Amino acid sequence: MNTLQQVRYVGKPIVFLLCLAPAALVVTDAFELTGQLSANPIEDVLDRFGNWTIRFIMITLAVTPLRRLTGWNWLVRFRRMLGLFTFFYALMHFLTWLILDQGLLMSAIAEDLIERPFITIGFAALVLLVAMAVTSTNGMRRRMGRRWDKLHYSAYAVGILGVWHYWWQVKKDTSDAWIYAVVLAVLLGYRLWWKYAHK
Amino acid sequence: MLIKKPADIRPSEITSKDNYLNRRDFIRAGGIAGASLLTGPALGAIVPAERRATLPDVSKSEFSTDEAPNSYEDITQYNNYYEFGTGKGDPYANAQDFEPRPWSIAVDGHAEKTGTFHFEDFIKPFDLEERIYRMRCVEAWSMVIPWVGISLAEVVRYLQPTSQAKYVAFETLHDPVRMPGQRNRFSLDWPYREGLTIAEATNPLPILAVGIYGETLPNQNGAPIRLVVPWKYGFKGIKGIVRIKFLSKRPRTSWNMSAPREYGFYANVNPEVDHPRWSQARERRIGSGLFAQKQPTLMFNGYGEHVAHLYDGLDLRRNY
Repeated sequence: MNTLQQVRYVGKPIVFLLCLAPAALVVTDAFELTGQLSANPIEDVLDRFGNWTIRFIMITLAVTPLRRLTGWNWLVRFRRMLGLFTFFYALMHFLTWLILDQGLLMSAIAEDLIERPFITIGFAALVLLVAMAVTSTNGMRRRMGRRWDKLHYSAYAVGILGVWHYWWQVKKDTSDAWIYAVVLAVLLGYRLWWKYAHK
Repeated sequence: MLIKKPADIRPSEITSKDNYLNRRDFIRAGGIAGASLLTGPALGAIVPAERRATLPDVSKSEFSTDEAPNSYEDITQYNNYYEFGTGKGDPYANAQDFEPRPWSIAVDGHAEKTGTFHFEDFIKPFDLEERIYRMRCVEAWSMVIPWVGISLAEVVRYLQPTSQAKYVAFETLHDPVRMPGQRNRFSLDWPYREGLTIAEATNPLPILAVGIYGETLPNQNGAPIRLVVPWKYGFKGIKGIVRIKFLSKRPRTSWNMSAPREYGFYANVNPEVDHPRWSQARERRIGSGLFAQKQPTLMFNGYGEHVAHLYDGLDLRRNY
């Protein structure tokens, strides 16, 4: 097999299953097969999907720096899948909030979206992810041309909005928020440096 | 003719008294062992048997709710006790080795009876009561907890505050060696501080809790003694109390010091005054499962008939 075939037939199925594992663990924990959810299971599920959304945006944003640093250009072939998993976890986080946490109570949902800024910016990040997900096919990319690149630069905005959303809901202990912020700063800072160095 | 024949083997010959008295632990341990076969890593007993003791002579209270209490597991594994970590599972995980004896409580300020008391001597003059109270956390979740405790009003009267005493302040143990959460630089300022007005402290509802479910208080719930004020948000319920002060001025309180716009001194449960970042109109009852709806939060957590008069003329929107 050449590298392309290895990525397609070995790498992608393995990465796909790995990416699905955190979600699968939520489900198996809910049925107490692997562990269990906390005494506040809705909060637990909400937090886990949310945390994995931020981790996946970081992993997705790490592809380009890693590729440049290692010269492993095949890494870019995983980028779309990783981006779509970011969207998947964000969607699960959103649906958990909408259905389990808010119980589809529209008045409470509208109030939260409008009056709680940390929820507003989280929702904004989700809207950007939806836009990138629906335009992620090869056909859309071809049809959109340069506008596609512009739209998909909003992955950076999603990273910033996501960390901000996380930071804003912390009650006191911001240590995890700091870790996410520093990782994001390194990933975005690398791009700035690259752009400057290759002018 | 009735012939009474002694049973061949008496039950006590099969089950020793110790084992009989510890049967609940045995059953619980069995359940946990059974569960761990399915779940892999052993969860361990929630609170080791040697740390658990039944409290004697506990009377019932007319103030108890008849709502179903939360399970022992939920009450002891989902806690906010930043001295042992900021995660909900941290107190359960990190307080296991904490040794809450010997323990002493210092009383000072404007009162006749001041000084340092051994914990056992401190609670001895008072009757132990079971008070099953709703507990509403400021994070919009709630539980029903069968506390065992002594009336704070009786404690305050016993200590004889002078006319200058307008507030009662409490402090938690500050010992970063024994309380690992106090080593976290991102957490609160220590020691943890709370306070009540004298009128609040002499209301019949607040208790100093020394137990749950008829047994001594587990470490993660604030052993050996903690405050419970059922009409206020849970963070007013200061744990691991080592100091009680009678003051003429309002004391500073930990969460208010940390974020004054978000947490006030009064911290009365109030569905109409939102936390700046989330609604307080509804709450999630712990133990209701993945698919339960939130329930409406009640003014003063449903204890208004006993406490609303304490705040007559006070703007509760400003004095949150």
